[in-house]
Amino acid sequence: MSTLTLGRGRVPAKYLPVLVTGCLFVAMFAAGGIRYEGFASGQVVLNVFIDNAFLLVVAIGLTFVILTGGIDLSVGSVVALSTMIAAALMEGPGWPPYLVIPLVLAVGSGLGLVMGYVVHAFDIQPFIVTLAGMFLARGLCYTIGTDSIPIADPAFTVFAQTRIDLFADLWISPSVVIAVVVVLVAAYVLHYTRFGRTVYAAGGNEQSALLMGLPVGRTKIAVYTISGFCSALGGLLLSFYMLSGYGLHAVGMELDAIAAVVIGGTLLTGGSGFLLGTVLGVLVLGLIQTIISFEGTLLSWWTKIFIGMLLFVFIVLQRLFSGGSRR
Amino acid sequence: MGEAAAVLTMKGICKRFPGVTALDGVDLRLLPGEVHALMGENGAGKSTLIKVLTGVYPADAGTVELGGATVAFGGPLEAQRAGISTVYQEVNLCANLSVAENILLGREPRRRGRIDWKRMRARAAELLSRLELSLDVSAPLSSCSLAVQQMVAIARAIDVDARVLILDEPTSSLDADEVAQLFRVLRRLKEQGIAILFVSHFLDQVYEISDRMTILRNGRLVGEYPTRELSPVRLVAKMIGQELAALERLHGEHKTFDRPLVEARGVGRAGAVEPFTLTVHEGEVVGLAGLLGSGRTEVARLLFGADHASTGEITVGGTPVSLRTPRAAMNHKIAFCSENRKEDGLIPDLTVRENIILALQATRGWTRPVPREQQDELVSRYVEALKISPPNPEQLVRNLSGGNQQKVVLARWLILAPRLLILDEPTRGIDVGAKAEIQRLVAQLSDGGMAVLFISAELEEVLRLSHKVEVLRDRRLVAELPNDDRLTTDVLMETIASGGRA
Ligand SMILES: Nc1ncnc2c1ncn2[C@@H]1O[C@H](COP(=O)(O)OP(=O)(O)OP(=O)(O)O)[C@@H](O)[C@H]1O
Ligand SMILES: [Mg+2]
Repeated sequence: MSTLTLGRGRVPAKYLPVLVTGCLFVAMFAAGGIRYEGFASGQVVLNVFIDNAFLLVVAIGLTFVILTGGIDLSVGSVVALSTMIAAALMEGPGWPPYLVIPLVLAVGSGLGLVMGYVVHAFDIQPFIVTLAGMFLARGLCYTIGTDSIPIADPAFTVFAQTRIDLFADLWISPSVVIAVVVVLVAAYVLHYTRFGRTVYAAGGNEQSALLMGLPVGRTKIAVYTISGFCSALGGLLLSFYMLSGYGLHAVGMELDAIAAVVIGGTLLTGGSGFLLGTVLGVLVLGLIQTIISFEGTLLSWWTKIFIGMLLFVFIVLQRLFSGGSRR
Repeated sequence: MGEAAAVLTMKGICKRFPGVTALDGVDLRLLPGEVHALMGENGAGKSTLIKVLTGVYPADAGTVELGGATVAFGGPLEAQRAGISTVYQEVNLCANLSVAENILLGREPRRRGRIDWKRMRARAAELLSRLELSLDVSAPLSSCSLAVQQMVAIARAIDVDARVLILDEPTSSLDADEVAQLFRVLRRLKEQGIAILFVSHFLDQVYEISDRMTILRNGRLVGEYPTRELSPVRLVAKMIGQELAALERLHGEHKTFDRPLVEARGVGRAGAVEPFTLTVHEGEVVGLAGLLGSGRTEVARLLFGADHASTGEITVGGTPVSLRTPRAAMNHKIAFCSENRKEDGLIPDLTVRENIILALQATRGWTRPVPREQQDELVSRYVEALKISPPNPEQLVRNLSGGNQQKVVLARWLILAPRLLILDEPTRGIDVGAKAEIQRLVAQLSDGGMAVLFISAELEEVLRLSHKVEVLRDRRLVAELPNDDRLTTDVLMETIASGGRA
């Protein structure tokens, strides 16, 4: 780390984890470029975005929750529920997308709101509340249907197949645009609004934040609502990507999202971290998958092993940073 | 009576916690343009009264009237909106955020809905400059000393347009200069007609700033008195319910000691303290005096191995040792009672007994638990000696009053019977009666051969206890003064200011 600090002059300690993740991403990209033919192209990075746009959106919502020192385990199930509601409503009664999309977003936000309210009002561990939410949302999927429901709505298929061409043969999907907008809005909210700063304060020291007269309760409810909203939006992006709704979509995705946030340098205890870190965390996870697919012979569970190892490294790093900054 | 109408009136306030009646029929009224002191021993209910007033705890009985209308706040936010600005006991800020944010959180300057960071930093710097403090406001609060944090909390409170300003032990970590500056600000606020409630265990401060006082004892109201009509002796008597024995000089005389225990030769740490040489003998009480930021705490941390010395050597009992970690220091029977009980002291969710036993247990290793009878014996001895209240060893520490928590920290280190005990502001937030008790205990232990390094911002206290006084200035040890008859607080003050007569 000392070389990093030397190279850029003095970097405030709070930016270090993000910087480390950024360097890791660059190093992985460079290593991949040396090892595999055709890896070192801009499109590979863009593909990571395209394939993980939904995860990015979900992880952003989760970042808000984790910054307050909470956790949201329900995100994966809410994603699945969102795909399921969207597919069922469009295929069965044939609702148009302009009704379905707001409804799905409202359902996701509503679930988040309820969980946030329970966490705040009854002072129950967020882990428990959102675990319940996770089972609830997953269960609701099956009350809608146990099979995969294909989506044939023209608007969705157009959305799924559209390519937005950038310069020099590079392209992205509309989902990426949405994800980027979400990132920008979220970063603005966290950095430039009172609500955003209260999120950090509540995560730093909830008791103090209360005594400082900050609206801690309202903020906590709001972050779970945001997480629910982002999960629903992620679910919509996933249904564009998959063109189906299914109760088994996004199984275990909450863990991927948590991993991305942690690798991005956000402390699980709250109060410290950046959205940019989360973006980098998602990119690192996506790049691991890409490398493994380039390797060809490796099985996909290697992805999990790499993610596991990375998590270990990052949690140890965080420990060292936070230990070092105290004195 | 020619008095202005009270801005705030509390009547018949009762507050019961499980097993403790913290407040029982307490009245309080605050007049505009007056500083009102709230007095009482540790655990008398001062902080609880403030928390009931600002809605942190609901009252069990009683009414609160603000500007003639009955109010019942749901929390600090509502109280703040109604014009009551509060600094609670202990620093209640967010260490993960910058100084500027801690001052302005919740009322950040905004332009078109977005926080204007530049104006925010400027405003924060301006507020701090009112307290004659200039520091990098974008630095994280965690990098600031406890005293600066306390000033930041005060800066936060005086910024608002308040009708009532409440300060619960705002000066516990401050030095004379900062206190003077704070008082200048308070006087200005007073002239603007703000009602100020002030809590402190420093009687001289109370007499300097307050116009009127309300005294509590064991959660009950003793009475309300104009400050100038109540002498300090009578005040103390009303607080503790009996006359306080006159404070005798405990050590006072300068003795020569011949058995050096800890010797530091040329020990220093770049950026923290310049190399110093210091000898602490067995049975000797050494006082460390100096202004805030003069390096008092840094010296202590070096001797305890909490920081690494970059130069010099330390010997314990004649043999050179390497104090690289607090553990190593503890193995040499050096104990350190830190000034910051909130961060590296107490575990709020353990009981008084468990907290007191903690350090002793750690030195024995976890495989050899301290027998329960011995625990009970030790704990009840110190609960009694230090007058920890309520005297229940199974009470959770989080439920104790601030001063009583401090006593628990102290008991933890006293119980170790170390060879060198380093006390960094051990009597912070402790009431006059208990303070004398603690000083007597320290004197007793040192007579038994224990060496003590005593750090305190209160010079009288340093003089009462120490055999010799080391004076620090600008992170340099500038003088070593034997505590003889010629050494008075004035001489000490002058030495601190001028940088040494030696
Ligand atoms: N949350 C709580 N639960 C149980 N008991 C409490 C709680 N808070 C305070 N107490 C008890 O109420 C009594 C009054 O405490 P309080 O903090 O008001 O004292 P204080 O006058 O502020 O003392 P100090 O000078 O030490 O700060 C104490 O006996 C304390 O143990
Ligand atoms: Mg108190």
